[in-house]
This record gives sequence, structure tokens and C-alpha cells, in this order.
Amino acid sequence: MRLSTKAVTLLVLSLVIAVAPLFFPSTFYYRVGSLIFINGLAVTGLVILIGYAGQISLGHAGFFGIGAYACALAPAHLGLHPVLAAVLGAVLSGVVAYVVGKPILRLKGYYLAVASLGFGVLVAMVLANEAWLTGGPDGIAVADPGLRALLRGFGVDLSNAQFWYGFCGLVLVLGAWLALNLYHSPTGRALRALHGSEVAARTVGVDVARYKLNAFVISAVYASVAGSLLALQNRLVTPDMAGFMHSIEMVTMTVLGGAASVPGAILGAAILTALPQVLTVFQEYEQLMLGLVMMLVMIFMRQGLLPSLARLLRGRGG
Amino acid sequence: MRLLTATALAGTLAIGLGLAGPAAADIRIGATLSETGPAAFLGDPEAKTLKMLVEEINAAGGVGGEKLELVLYDDGGDPNKARTFATRLIEDDEVVAIIGGTTTGTSMAIIPVVEDAEVPFISLAGAIEIIDPVRPFTFKTPHTDRMACAKIFEDMKERGFTRIGLISGSDGFGASMRKQCLDIVGDYGIEVVADETYGPTDADMTPQLTNIKGAAGIQAVLNPGFGQGPAIVTRNYSQIAVGLPFYQSHGVASDGFIQLAGEKEAEGIRLPGTALLVADLLAEDDPQKPVAVAYKTAYESATGTPASTFGGYAHDALRILVDALGRAGSAEPQAIRDAIEATSGFVGTTGVVTMSPEDHLGLDLSAFKMLEIRDGGWALVD
Amino acid sequence: MPELMQFLMSGVTVGAVYALVALGFTIIYNASDVVNFAQGEFVMLGGMMTVFGYAAGLPLPVAALVAILATAAIGVALNKLAIEPARGAPVVSLIIITIGASIFIRGVSQVVFGKQLHRFPAFSGDAPIPVLGATILPQSLWVIAGALAIFVGLWLFFTRTLTGRAVLATANNRMAAQLVGINTRYVMSLSFALSAAIGALAGVLVTPITLVSYDIGISLALKGFAAAMLGGMGNPKGALAGGLLLGLMEALTAGYISSQYKDAAAFVVILGVLFFMPQGLFGTKTTERV
Repeated sequence: MRLSTKAVTLLVLSLVIAVAPLFFPSTFYYRVGSLIFINGLAVTGLVILIGYAGQISLGHAGFFGIGAYACALAPAHLGLHPVLAAVLGAVLSGVVAYVVGKPILRLKGYYLAVASLGFGVLVAMVLANEAWLTGGPDGIAVADPGLRALLRGFGVDLSNAQFWYGFCGLVLVLGAWLALNLYHSPTGRALRALHGSEVAARTVGVDVARYKLNAFVISAVYASVAGSLLALQNRLVTPDMAGFMHSIEMVTMTVLGGAASVPGAILGAAILTALPQVLTVFQEYEQLMLGLVMMLVMIFMRQGLLPSLARLLRGRGG
Repeated sequence: MRLLTATALAGTLAIGLGLAGPAAADIRIGATLSETGPAAFLGDPEAKTLKMLVEEINAAGGVGGEKLELVLYDDGGDPNKARTFATRLIEDDEVVAIIGGTTTGTSMAIIPVVEDAEVPFISLAGAIEIIDPVRPFTFKTPHTDRMACAKIFEDMKERGFTRIGLISGSDGFGASMRKQCLDIVGDYGIEVVADETYGPTDADMTPQLTNIKGAAGIQAVLNPGFGQGPAIVTRNYSQIAVGLPFYQSHGVASDGFIQLAGEKEAEGIRLPGTALLVADLLAEDDPQKPVAVAYKTAYESATGTPASTFGGYAHDALRILVDALGRAGSAEPQAIRDAIEATSGFVGTTGVVTMSPEDHLGLDLSAFKMLEIRDGGWALVD
Repeated sequence: MPELMQFLMSGVTVGAVYALVALGFTIIYNASDVVNFAQGEFVMLGGMMTVFGYAAGLPLPVAALVAILATAAIGVALNKLAIEPARGAPVVSLIIITIGASIFIRGVSQVVFGKQLHRFPAFSGDAPIPVLGATILPQSLWVIAGALAIFVGLWLFFTRTLTGRAVLATANNRMAAQLVGINTRYVMSLSFALSAAIGALAGVLVTPITLVSYDIGISLALKGFAAAMLGGMGNPKGALAGGLLLGLMEALTAGYISSQYKDAAAFVVILGVLFFMPQGLFGTKTTERV
């Protein structure tokens, strides 16, 4: 029996997540792992938007922020359980993405980039300015979701970092599964068609505006869930989660790894999340090295790391 | 082909995570500071101070015969990174204590980690939330922003001002101090009649200052902020000739501020500062004088840049920690924590620190001195 | 009335700063379709190198000239070492390269120049000039004059010179440009040199007002990019108008509505303009070819 590429990707992803802890010298690595999974989830959403549909967004951190702040505010003001708050955040992000996406997705290229950037900046600004609600620039604490305690009730006692490693890993696999399914669905095909050429897609009867909006909404929900996971793990949310730099970072992860492929983007997330930890040995040269790595990867692997590596291996291996 | 790409993914993930741990040392102290990013103005002197002092202490034989090793990370002012580095310091580097959290945001992100792992932590940030309520393992060295506000309002009250304007930076420092000032301003019989803000990288604040200038019956203006913002505000203040007594915060307490704002423009500005800034003006019998002079001289000759209040916070944090290490008699985090909490009569650059189980800061208002800029230098007001 | 005048003065000052940065984006964009996210770093380098040249004892104009030439050389190096080797890569990859370059230049500057804030004296003193009850600093006039001069220069360059038209031709169709004998490699290098020099000149002009530190590039690039898009990317007229408009909106919002939301007002207007004019104020409509 031959496994589909989708099954192989998911299998390997799950395997890596499950086996990697065997090589962890300390529990700190669980923390890095969970951050990789959170970023991986956000960029999986961007693969749908950038890789499948060919649209750019420099404002997705805004949705990340909405998901994060939902987990801080909904439990405190609405009495919701933090996990339900994450769901609320995802729904809210979806609705906001629908409302914002409808007008701005008519724009193309850099104009779409600056419009989405404007949206992200507005979200970050509200979060920083409305201190009575959001705690201002220094952020606000998030209630303990109690998931770890729940697990302990079943006799599984994990450290904080271990728990979040497992939980975020699980959500990432789920997210990747959904994204890969979407790729092969009629929606996925329509998105790839309009990525190739909007005019051509329209000619063959694809409702371009609707599919673009779908991709925008789906990717916003991914970013929102990722934001919620980070909020619940860190127990603190700050406005820079929604900031311009974070949006840029997410797009960079996606493109660096390979915008058109889910495993590629997750690899990009893994590298850009782990890299600052590795680069600490360079101390003050850290930023310089980070910039250098980004440039070198894009110069020599212009399709992104994973697709380029794959081509290289295929070429050598015959 | 998919299998190949997937294997590549697995391999790189493993490499990415395969970070080398540092070698064993005698006493390892951790720090996560905002050496870069929006708070670099604060974090940079803090980092330089820690590096310089650790070298100095080791050259003098270390603590109880053991050398110190400093593990320092740059969190760029990002609370998420600060939390990650705090985890790394505790789990991977196995430090006995952590200094840092340049900003309130990063400090608040570190607190759950250190409290969970029971490792003593000395924050260098201003907000009162860090030590109120008191948490067993969390301490801090800077006076709270609330105390800075109180010092300024005391001076305003003395000068008979009852209606003032506020122009604050919208960054964490400015926003936090603005909030705490607004909380207590009523206690001094002072009313805020104009409340404006500016972005930390803005190039011109004359619109906000024009509105403040036009507020009815306004008598004085206060500018909580740090970095280039207050320098530009000061220059604009002089440009549109507001002409009212002007107060800055401890956020600009450095000689660098006078150079940036201009001697003429900064003339007459008052701000609450620490002994550090006016080390040579202190009375000979002032207990802080030798400490402040020694640090200031060492820092300025080591780095070639003027010493600031913020480097002083790091100085005090490390000295308090070293003092506690000496008294604890062991490098166990619990023993160090107990010793820090028992700190009494410690003379630092910021003030004389006496901690207790109810007070993890140990400073009072006397730590602040009201300074005035005169002829491009600092003068003591009281 | 004096209030309104002061808000306008502030708006024009800040707007001219944004316009200067926005103008820097246009040439590289026109030659290669790439928005160079390292443009803010060119501004920083111009200001920073002038600071250090001046501190080392060079007269201010000489220090400024050295800084501009050095930054132009860095622009050429960026093109030769990072953009040219990646030719044929998707535009989004080129953008990531410029983001990488921006982080790299910032990283190097942090090591070379340190993290201190700097400024050098204003060119014509600090005595405010009264204008109808408001005041403006002489340096603001320098910035405004600089923005206008560069605008006129660029406009002449693109419409009146052969090289300028060659730049436009290269952007339009690289292959066709080569066929008619345009040295496209030279055109690319020239574009980077000019953009970098304009950025550096902007840095020299604005430093006495905004001060300079190794990381001012990000926020300047962000505002400059927004201004350029508001006006219509690639068009010098759009860059100038977009910059001034952005500055004026910020100042008027800060003055009349809320200083907390002045940046928000600017972005709301950008969203509004793009809604009705998807190519910005002065952008030209392009059609997709299948």
C-alpha cells in the first residue's frame, strides 16, 4: 500500500513531535518546541493565504492579538472558561477578517500589503491605548486554563513546559491536517487557480472574490488560535503580539520555509523560532547573523528552504 | 520525494533544537535584559553594568572564593522572549538567581516562571505590580513610578501649582507612569487639565504642546517618558515658548538627555533622580556618595558613555544579590531568597535598601532627589 | 487660529520627513518592482555616519557628503551581493531579502555605532521662525526644501533623461529593455545607489529634528512605505503628496481629536483612500496579463 503525501507529511510531523523529547537535554526545550508549534500553526494559516491563494497580508498579527486578548478578557469580563474564550476569539477573528477582508482583498500586491498592515496597526494601537480594558503597553495577565490540573486528575503529571509542548503539538497536527485537506479540496483547487491568474480563474467561472475571502478568513482563524495558545501558555498578553513586527515575522517564516507547502512553512517557523536561541552564542552579533541567514536562504533557496532542499535531494538522488 | 522532505524537516528540527549548554562554573547568575528593541535605551546600560561588575568582582576574588559566571540574554523587550529566556536560564543554564526584566512587560512575563521554579528574581522595572502583591521570589531595585510621581507632585505642591498638563510617551514606561501619576495626583490637590500622549518614535510634538499651552489656568507640565521622546518634547517646548515650569521623569536622568535636548532648551527642567546623577554634589558624609562615585567613574571609564539611572538599577541588583550570596552561605535558591529578603541597610546608587517579607523593594521617597538642570549640569533643589 | 497654524507647521515638518523616506522607495521600486524594506536603514546610515564624521572633526557639509556617498556605496553593494544573485526569484522572496538586509544593517550598526541616541546641530540654528502666530524651526524648512528638491530632481530624471527612462523601461519589461540596448545591470545598480543616496540625504536633513539611533529605520520605513502607497507607489508626485498628507493628518488628529489615535487616523484614511482608489492617489492602473 502506498501512503498519500498528505499521510506521510502528517505521520512524519507527528513522529517528530513525539520523538524529539527523547533528545531534549532539559525541559527548556519543551518551551522552544511549544513556541515552534504555535508559530507553525499561525504560518500554516498563512500558507493557505499566501501559498495557496497568492495574497499577501502584513496584518495577521492583528488576528493573533485578537485570539490572545480574547483569552485574557473573556474569562475576566464574561466569566467564560479560557478555552471557550479561545473559541470566541477564533469566531471573532473570523468575523473581523470577513468584514475587513471584503473591501481590502480587492487590492493587489503592495496595496493589499499596506491595507492589511493598516488593519494590524489599528488592532495593536487599540490594545496599547485602551489601558482600562487591555492593561496598556505592559499587557494583562491571563487566568490559568486549568488544563494541566485536569490532566493531573487523570493521573498524568506533566511540567508546565511539557504540557504545553504536547498540547500545542496536538493542535498543530490538527491544523496541518485541515490545511492539507483543504489543498486537495475544490476550494483548494480554486485558490491555486486564482493564484496562477485571477483573470484566467474568473474566466473559467471561479468566484475569485469569494475564494480569496475564504482564504483570508481561514488564515485569520489559524492566527487567532495560535495567539490564544500563546496567551494561555504565557499567562500574559501584550500589544506587541499584534504588532507590525510580529506580522512581518510570520510572513518571513512562511516564505523562508516555502510559502506553498505546509511542512515547508512549519520548517520556516521552526528555524526562525529556534534561531534566536542558537544565535545567543554570538551575543551582540545576533541580529547581524539573523539578517545574514535570512538573506542567504532567500538568495540560494529562492522557492523557500523545503522546496529548494527537496529539489536538490531529488536532483542528486535521481 | 515527500518522505525526503519530511526527513529533512525532522533533521533540521533536531539540529535547531540541539543547542549547546554552557560549561559548569562556580556560581552562575542569569540575566535577561532588553539590550536591543524599544527599551534598549534602558537595557543597554544595564547589560554593560552587569558585565563590568561581574568582571570587577571576579578580579577581586569572587564571592566567598568562588567566581561568578554571568549568563546574559537579550530579550529585545519582547515579553514572550523574556519568558523563554527565563525558562532557559532556569532549566538549561541552571542559574541560582535571575536579574532583569528591563521593562514591566518582560518582568511580568518572567514572574510566573521564577515563582513556579522557586528561583530568586530581581526585576529592574518600575511598575508597582511587580512587588505588590509581594511574591516570595520576586524583588526589584528601582523605586516605583508611583514614587517618582509622588516626588514630583510634592515639589509642585510646594511651589503652589494646582493645575498641570501631562504629556506622556505611549510606550510601556510612559503609559505606566501616566497611570500611576493620575492615580495619586488628587492626593496633592492638583488637577490634570491637559492629558496628551505621543508615540515613542514621533518627530514632532508641537500639536500636543500647543493644546497644553492653551489649557485654561495651567501652571506646570510633566513629561513621563524615556528615549528620544522627552528630548524632542523639550526642544518643541522651547520652540513654541510654552514658558511654564517643566518637569521630566527619572526616565531621562542621564547626562545624555541634556546633550540631546540642548543646554538652552533643557535649562530649568526639574526631575526626580537618584544620587548617582549628582554623585559629586552629595555631602561628604552622605553614605551613598562613595558608592555612587565609584560606580559612575567605573562605568564611564569602561564604556565611554555617561552613566544613567538605569545602569544604577542593575548595579544595585547585582550588589544586593552578591551581598545575599555572601550571607546565605550556600548557593541554594531558597537560601539566597531568604538572604535577599533580609537585606538591611544596603547602600546602593538608588538609595538605602532595607527589605522585609512585606516589602520586596525596600526604598522610600528619600531615595529620590529633586534635581534641576542649570547651565547644562545638574543641581540639587532640596 | 495660531493653534491651527501650529498644527499645520507640525504636519508639514513631519510630512516632509515621511515624503523624503517615501521618495527613496520610488526609484528601486520603479526599476525592479521591489519595495526595499531596508530604505529606513539608509536614512539611519546617513544620519549616523554624519554624526560620527562630524564628531571626528569634519565640517558638517563634508561629513554629510561622505555619509551620502558611503550610503550610496552600501546601496550598490546590497544590489550586487544580495539582489542581483537572486534575480528571477519571486518578488516576495526579494522582499524577504530586503527585510533580512534591514536586520543585517541594523545589527552591524548596533555593533559599530553603539545604541546611543545622537544628533548634530541644526544647519541654521535653533531660533524658531514665527509664522502667523505659530513657529517653525529653520531645520524644518531645510527638510521641506530637501523634499521638494528631490521631488523635482526625480521628476526631471524620470521624464527628461535617457537614464531615467531606461530605469522605467527596465521595470516595465526587462527583456525588452535589454533588447533595445539598455544595460539593465547598470540600471539596477544605479537605482540602488540613487535610492540609498536619497535615503542618506533624508537622514542628514532630519537628524537634528528626530535624532538618530541604530534602530530608527523601522518606524521611518513603515511611515514612508504607508505614505508612498497612499500616493501611489513608484510615482514621485505620489510620494511627496502621500508624505505631506500623512504628516498633516497626524498633526491635525493630534491637535483636534486625540493624540493617542493620531497614527490610527492616518491608517484609517489610507484604508479609505485605497477603498476608492485601489492604486493610491496618483498610481496608474495596471492590467494583469494572462
